[in-house]
Amino acid sequence: MTTAAEDVAARRAGAAGVGLMLPGTLYLVAFFVIPVFALLATSLYVPVPGGDVGQFMPALQWQNYATALAEFWPQLLRSFWFALLATAGALAVGYPIAYLVAVRCRGRPLLQGMLLVLVVAPFFTSFVLRTIAWKQILADDGYVVQALHWLHVLPPDGRLTATSFAVVVSLTHNFVPFMALPIYASLERLDPRLVEAGGDLYAGPWTTFRTVTLPLSMPGVVSGTLLTFIPAAGDYVSASLLGNSTNTAMIGQVIDTRFFRLLDYPTAASLSVVLMVAIAVLVGLYVRRTGTEDLL
Amino acid sequence: MTRPVTRPVARPAIRPVTAPLSRRLTGALIPVYCALAFVFLLAPSVYTVLYSFNDGGRRNLVWQGFTLDNWRNPCGAPQVCESFANSLQVGLLSTLFATTLGTLIAIALVRYRFRGRALANVLIFLPMSTPEVVLGAALLSQFLTLQLQLGFWTVVLAHVMFNISFVVVAVKARVQSMDPRLEEAAADLYASPWQAFWKVTFPLLVPGIVAAAALAFSLSFDDFIITNFNSGSFTTFPKFVYVSAARGIPAQANVIGTAMFVAALVVVIGAQVVAALRRRALRMVVGGIVAPKTGA
Repeated sequence: MTTAAEDVAARRAGAAGVGLMLPGTLYLVAFFVIPVFALLATSLYVPVPGGDVGQFMPALQWQNYATALAEFWPQLLRSFWFALLATAGALAVGYPIAYLVAVRCRGRPLLQGMLLVLVVAPFFTSFVLRTIAWKQILADDGYVVQALHWLHVLPPDGRLTATSFAVVVSLTHNFVPFMALPIYASLERLDPRLVEAGGDLYAGPWTTFRTVTLPLSMPGVVSGTLLTFIPAAGDYVSASLLGNSTNTAMIGQVIDTRFFRLLDYPTAASLSVVLMVAIAVLVGLYVRRTGTEDLL
Repeated sequence: MTRPVTRPVARPAIRPVTAPLSRRLTGALIPVYCALAFVFLLAPSVYTVLYSFNDGGRRNLVWQGFTLDNWRNPCGAPQVCESFANSLQVGLLSTLFATTLGTLIAIALVRYRFRGRALANVLIFLPMSTPEVVLGAALLSQFLTLQLQLGFWTVVLAHVMFNISFVVVAVKARVQSMDPRLEEAAADLYASPWQAFWKVTFPLLVPGIVAAAALAFSLSFDDFIITNFNSGSFTTFPKFVYVSAARGIPAQANVIGTAMFVAALVVVIGAQVVAALRRRALRMVVGGIVAPKTGA
């Protein structure tokens, strides 16, 4: 299929395009590609014999990976587990919102616009301040914990701060807009006549949703889950502000501590590489499984 | 997740003529559920606003009583306003650079065909699909290797890097929706490519570029993880809040957070209202043109 855009593009000299690309591309090579190689190199460094803490020299010490993984695999697994829970939570909160705005409010652009403002409004508060607000909301003497005590959902000495629950709630909250917006975009494009056709073919609302609306919103769901899962797996602000030091630590915290407190650059770098590769593999499998390679 | 399947579902049962109670209930279910979801989404922002009026002094974690003192003296706590000013500077500079570089790339990717285009797409996509902690660690490895002094400029360099991709994605959507024949028309009217760009293409791109710049600024202003890795002793607003979280955050931080929240809300709601007024004006104009014709 040739569109007018492609016709024009074909007629233009490629050289001008390359010229436009060059500055930004070189920037990304200098400050993204080369740093990733610097990270790979750092992950294989060895301590300078007899040197101070934080002094390393270039080497090819693959052993660093085995050591780092042997010590920190629980934090790595936990990061993926929390990210998965946060993705599921964000989907549970974000999909109905996207559906309400895109489908139920179709044809009322001002209402849609205002609701979308509410969806992105959390972003207008600094992310770190929001995480601290969760600390206040979930505090031991806060309304939420008191209500849960009263309802006997939580035992009298039960608390929400310093638990995995608080970490996952904060992660979920942080990524709902990332989830809701792409889903909204695909639902918005959905032709309402397809849904009507479902009704005409005697499908109930639930069947129509399951067989028409949901499949057609999958591109949005896939982008939303990626936009949630990837940053959530690397996040450590929620875990370090709302968790405890023993059973809520995520891999980002470990990388941060190794880099800055312990000056253990090779371990920090090798854990970063492992995180990056693991996410790339998971994302690749997920995208292939959902059949949405064109999104990339 | 299953592959999308759209197949008509035959249902032998006869559909009742009036909408059953269950359907009306599910109809109300979504708005009610979404109302709760919005409470969840906005609760931390509301808490941030509330605690800006807290008479809590330096440790603003427990509600102590209402005061306007924090608002009268927003720079009253050490480092609050300095870090805020730092964040504004980093945000403005990195937005300027990232928007320029990203817009050029977006134009090139949509309007030109050249070798390496697929590779360039991957290069744009990768920083967005890499967890921030990895981006931060990679850049830090590079800066450590180069023995660069960490501070204001390393933070700006880092922010430009992660913002370019977001700008490309945002502007690309706008370029794709533009009719290339407009530029052709300009060329037919003897405009040089340079003139065609500045008189035709650029004005049409402005809304997309403004949206991309707003996104870049908010991502830069709110970034903590990458900043934390590359800032040394230089402190941005999110970093200040995070670092002081252990000791307790001064209520002035909530004042700044609230002011930003309200400012962003006013801008976005204002834009929605302007768009709604424009739509109405357009309808009236179109109506005025169409009405006499249908009457005749």
